[in-house]
Amino acid sequence: MSLASPLIGAVQLALVVLGGPLLLGLMRVVRSRLEGRDGPPVSQPWRDIAKLARKQRTRPSESSWIFAAAPLVLVATAATVAVLAPLVTLAPPLAGSTDFIAVIFVLLVGSVALALAALDTGTAFGGMGASRALTIGALVEPALLVAVLALSLPLHSTNLIAIVANGSRHVSTLLGPSHLLALGSFIVVILAESGRLPVDNPSTHLELTMIYEALILEYSGPDLAAVTLGESMRLAIWLGLFVNLVAPVGIAANAHALAVVVGLVALSLKVAVVGIAIAIFEVTTAKLRLFRLPELLAGGFILALLGVVTGAVMR
Amino acid sequence: MRGETRAIPASDLVNEARGLFAAQFRLALVAGHDDERGLRVVYTFLAPGERPVELHVALDPSTRAGVSLAALSFPASRFERELFDLYGIEPVGHPQRRPLIRHAHWPEWYHPMAAGTGPAPTLHPDEGGYPFIAVEGPGVYEIPVGPVHAGLIEPGHFRFSVVGETILKMKARLWFTHKGIERLVEGKTVDEVMTIAERVSGDSAVAHGLAFVRALEDALDIAVAPDVEARRGVALELERLYNHVGDLGALANDVGFGLANALALTLRERLLRLNERVSGHRLLRGVVTPGGARLLDLPTSRELDEIEARVDEITSMTLGQSIVLDRFTGTGVLSLDAARDLGVVGVVARASGVDLDARRDHPVDGVTLAPTAKRSGGDVLARYLVRRDEVTSSLAALRAITSIDVTSHLDRTRGTGDGLGIVEGWRGPVVHRIELVEGRVTRLKIVDPSFLNWPAVAVALVDTIVPDFPLVNKSFNLSYAGNDL
Repeated sequence: MSLASPLIGAVQLALVVLGGPLLLGLMRVVRSRLEGRDGPPVSQPWRDIAKLARKQRTRPSESSWIFAAAPLVLVATAATVAVLAPLVTLAPPLAGSTDFIAVIFVLLVGSVALALAALDTGTAFGGMGASRALTIGALVEPALLVAVLALSLPLHSTNLIAIVANGSRHVSTLLGPSHLLALGSFIVVILAESGRLPVDNPSTHLELTMIYEALILEYSGPDLAAVTLGESMRLAIWLGLFVNLVAPVGIAANAHALAVVVGLVALSLKVAVVGIAIAIFEVTTAKLRLFRLPELLAGGFILALLGVVTGAVMR
Repeated sequence: MRGETRAIPASDLVNEARGLFAAQFRLALVAGHDDERGLRVVYTFLAPGERPVELHVALDPSTRAGVSLAALSFPASRFERELFDLYGIEPVGHPQRRPLIRHAHWPEWYHPMAAGTGPAPTLHPDEGGYPFIAVEGPGVYEIPVGPVHAGLIEPGHFRFSVVGETILKMKARLWFTHKGIERLVEGKTVDEVMTIAERVSGDSAVAHGLAFVRALEDALDIAVAPDVEARRGVALELERLYNHVGDLGALANDVGFGLANALALTLRERLLRLNERVSGHRLLRGVVTPGGARLLDLPTSRELDEIEARVDEITSMTLGQSIVLDRFTGTGVLSLDAARDLGVVGVVARASGVDLDARRDHPVDGVTLAPTAKRSGGDVLARYLVRRDEVTSSLAALRAITSIDVTSHLDRTRGTGDGLGIVEGWRGPVVHRIELVEGRVTRLKIVDPSFLNWPAVAVALVDTIVPDFPLVNKSFNLSYAGNDL
């Protein structure tokens, strides 16, 4: 039985929406256990979202529609990518036009929306957070673009589905130095873009050190619930894309129902493994000095650049 | 302990103080008094290995004009601002007599410690704002933080003038928790004040309790047996241990190294339970009593070894992580010159190379001296290492004590006299000076090391970046409660 492509899109969206907060919860549990604490249950982010959704919403008196719209933009862009990206299957809706660069920049629209909203609050913290987040964003994007370039070299195409499909058909591509270097760069970008250590400390209460937390400091109630949901969805998507580029094992090659179920399970497991790996890494590392971040991100850029060079040379 | 007391005319104060500063004395305490003995100011000077020197200066109550030592000593300039706010004593010659304690909702005329001041007036909303020198220039902006913070932190308001991420100037506004402790204790019995003294700063129950008791014993000429002082030393070192261990973890946590913090918090909890077993109270309240010391038990040498091993594990793990080391090194430097000029004390001073430790400088019979930890870097790393080394020397001091049998226990608290108590608490020297009339405290002046060290935070922050402020602040870890009183 073959599923209609809107249904596949709905399946992918449901997985990302439900699974994003659980991924966050899983990473927190792993971190807690490794630090010798019990930690909250895996479902805690969902409980938080449910609680926030019921609470009163307060908005800064000086803020405009930008502040109100940003959480929706964040969730909407993440949802769009969740529907269109090759996460569970290679046959999501509009498969022919899923451009890698477009996918990434739709995700980044959410980051920019949050930064604008932070500026819109008119507070010192919002401005400080926006300044830091956009500085990092400006350093992340070149690395990301060059990494995409390296990944698209074998096929001469930036069609994301074609790249993933190529990987699943030709395992040798996955082991090529160009591919590995590009993915090394990709993981640095993911850590930076989703505010994980060593770039940002997601569990800090120290307002002056915050980067991404400073952006959303003024959000409350349902707005904060949307932001939390949107950010966890984005993390799930980043990791979903990453695991499918690293090892497209189990991804459904067609829209057959059984294949889709297998793809669903495979993606969940792979993302969980990478999430756990990141949590373990976070326990062993600390937060870099803000002015050292360019060095880390430049490292990511160099990895991607080397990926392009080796890819071009080895052809 | 008995100090040397000299009553001098106000006109001699500057010369006397100059002589004492030249002889390496530091101004440890300035206490205003406005009672039956007249309006007067007591200046207490301390120097390593010397008896304390007290200068008593009587002032004319009609003019309430005092003499300023601000040109000689930075701490003096702040004590004098405190004197004006609390007593209305005008420090003639002070270059910047801005309010220190007084927030703008106190009426201008209200000096709560002056004789005859009635009950507190109705306080108005703080309409004066908080004027401070604004830094101007292209790209300079301000970040106001607090007094309400995101975490469980005491209230303090910080104004940062920043370019990009670099701090040009930081101004701290404290005294949000001013409780009027020094007024509260007036006329109370020794036992009542004892209870309050142990609660001046919750994390320094032993240091403040012991400083009060020593001041009392000094005032009443009570000789305390060495073994009693030894028991008190146990409590003092246990207090140092649990606070330093907490700081070692918190410093790691502030650079995102949560693992070390989780381990340190576990160890801190074990230390608190050890405190409870040894003293009956997790924060060691009730160990120090006037003339005595109450201990139920002693830490076993196995427990001490285990604590040492744990601390080694935590600190080597923390310093072995290169990102942590990078964050600590060269951050928030307080130079030796700045430390001397500002008159900082305690852990902060020792991390900048100032060789001060009241345990050694003002020794008490019966207390085993452990080597004083000293570093010269003046950065966060130096303050971390001083704490680490002090944990080791505290453990060594605890090992030296093997019996809790107390042979003497005096409980004579009635009498009249003036006394001074100096204790090297975990932050630094806590100094209490009391005046006692017939067993009642007529005046208790408290100086927590935080009062002397707060200005140094702002100095250490110059040219530091904003995201490093919490780390620098934690490396000082000053008390708001002990400062605000």
